[in-house]
Amino acid sequence: MSGEALKPVPTPYLLFEARREEQFITGSEAVREAVRRANVDMAIAYPITPQSESMHLVGDLYAEGYLRDYFRGENEFAVMSQVAGAAMAGVRVFTATCGPGTLRAFENFPLWAGTRLPVVMAFMTRGVNAPLTIQPDTIEMGMLLDTGILMLHAENAQDLYDMLLGAFSVAERTTVHLPLGVFVDGFFVTHTRQKVRVVAEDVKLEPYDPAASPVPTVDMETPPVRYMRDPFVMKSNYVSYAAHASWQQEILAAAERARPYLREVVGPFVEQENPDAPIQVVASGTAVAQAREAARMAREEGLEVGLVKIKVLRPAPREEIRRALARAEKIVIPEFNRTGWLAREVASMIPANDRIVAGPRVYGGMTMPPEVILDALRGTRLAGV
Amino acid sequence: MEHYRVLPGPEGYLPPAAALRGVPLPLPGEALIEGRPVARDEAVRHIAAKLAGATVPRFFPGPQLLWRDTPYARERGRLVREIAREAGAGVIPMPDYRPKYPMIDPAVEINPNHPNLTIWHNKIDVGVFIGVHCHQANLALRIIRGGTACYTVALCAHDGHEDAHVSLRDADNAVLEQLRDAVRAATRGRA
Repeated sequence: MSGEALKPVPTPYLLFEARREEQFITGSEAVREAVRRANVDMAIAYPITPQSESMHLVGDLYAEGYLRDYFRGENEFAVMSQVAGAAMAGVRVFTATCGPGTLRAFENFPLWAGTRLPVVMAFMTRGVNAPLTIQPDTIEMGMLLDTGILMLHAENAQDLYDMLLGAFSVAERTTVHLPLGVFVDGFFVTHTRQKVRVVAEDVKLEPYDPAASPVPTVDMETPPVRYMRDPFVMKSNYVSYAAHASWQQEILAAAERARPYLREVVGPFVEQENPDAPIQVVASGTAVAQAREAARMAREEGLEVGLVKIKVLRPAPREEIRRALARAEKIVIPEFNRTGWLAREVASMIPANDRIVAGPRVYGGMTMPPEVILDALRGTRLAGV
Repeated sequence: MEHYRVLPGPEGYLPPAAALRGVPLPLPGEALIEGRPVARDEAVRHIAAKLAGATVPRFFPGPQLLWRDTPYARERGRLVREIAREAGAGVIPMPDYRPKYPMIDPAVEINPNHPNLTIWHNKIDVGVFIGVHCHQANLALRIIRGGTACYTVALCAHDGHEDAHVSLRDADNAVLEQLRDAVRAATRGRA
């Protein structure tokens, strides 16, 4: 079987109707299985732990005939620039990186958004620190919040698979046409095996249609340098500033337009368990799984605890968070990073944000035992803040 | 949040993107009038009335119409000229998206990065966008709303434009024929 033998089907069929089978696979293998069905034209890789295995496995797909092109770039900045070129030329392109690789490539993410490139990318989050760390940490997500890319956070390998498959149809909508990052906690998901239900029929996503792009696709008459060289970017006058401002508004507007399409593929932006409980834990990624166990333990002690799982970070789930936390008396936000970016996000969305307990936080590769969250629920102590 | 209305300008220094003020794109079969979802037929009649009542109406065909050489595109171009003729409107092309420096010739073309210059120069009071890539159209529509009183119409082949005063979505050639007939009816008996 190769990609050519798969039958193109609409995204809703692929996600919700196609026959699935259960596989016991790693998160990295879930990436491979999603890309296998995503009708991706091209993938470009640069290795960095814990992402390396994912793009290695995507390379195997190239060898099996599921991709039209695949190569290793010189470094992450080169890869993301090459990805930009591929997307500008009108092909569906995929890549992945993490942590220091994300930061090395950083300039490209607002460039992708600004040039309306529907790149779908996986981020296997990793720490950013000196001395060098390769361990899991979500700090890079806080840095990417204002780059203009759409951001989803997977709790597990199933989320990762489904979010990646659903991402293309959202990113490629004419009225959205923005890069979309699917984030997953490195090692915790990428390097552990879980049961994942993957599509078992011989089907794949419909191809990308560059003719529906909201900006001209690059060809010999529309070279990419137009984005950088044209005079209005360099002029100091009101007309130039107004064009820049309107351009940037368009990126924000495009993210806003993504909401209904994202709901079609990932469901509600936040999922809530035990919504009437006075204590709510708010988390994303694998912190959700730890928080779920902590909430169960707390309920055994007689504490009423609910859980708010955030799946979509950009566009920001303001209304959803506000509704979910309307009656909460205490809001605990565990995070795998030292900065507490998720607590800041939630604090900016709700009234009376002194209800928030901004922690516990772990970092440097530490795990987050449910007992640490349980301590915060009891109000006894916080880790790492 | 107070319901935002997409009204004729000049709206001010930096008008907001309507999408960020809660104006949704129209659903299939619908259209937008000043940020309000309406049936497509109502919007078609509204556009016809605006064109019929305009002092200086102009069509702004973009690169997707000007440079596409297919039977469908040629028919589309013919329909645009027919509608313009019925409405007594001129045609000012948007041949590309490169900003024109040191100075655009506003009598002969319009540009998405400084569309206000062409609007001001020609005193255009109704402007119709067609065949402009969606990103570039929205870029221009906000700038026009910010600095001019021009009433804007977007005839979009995709999902429509919140930042136009009136926006049709899925505006294929059958919809253009409908608009032509509506303009013909609206201008009947006009001297």
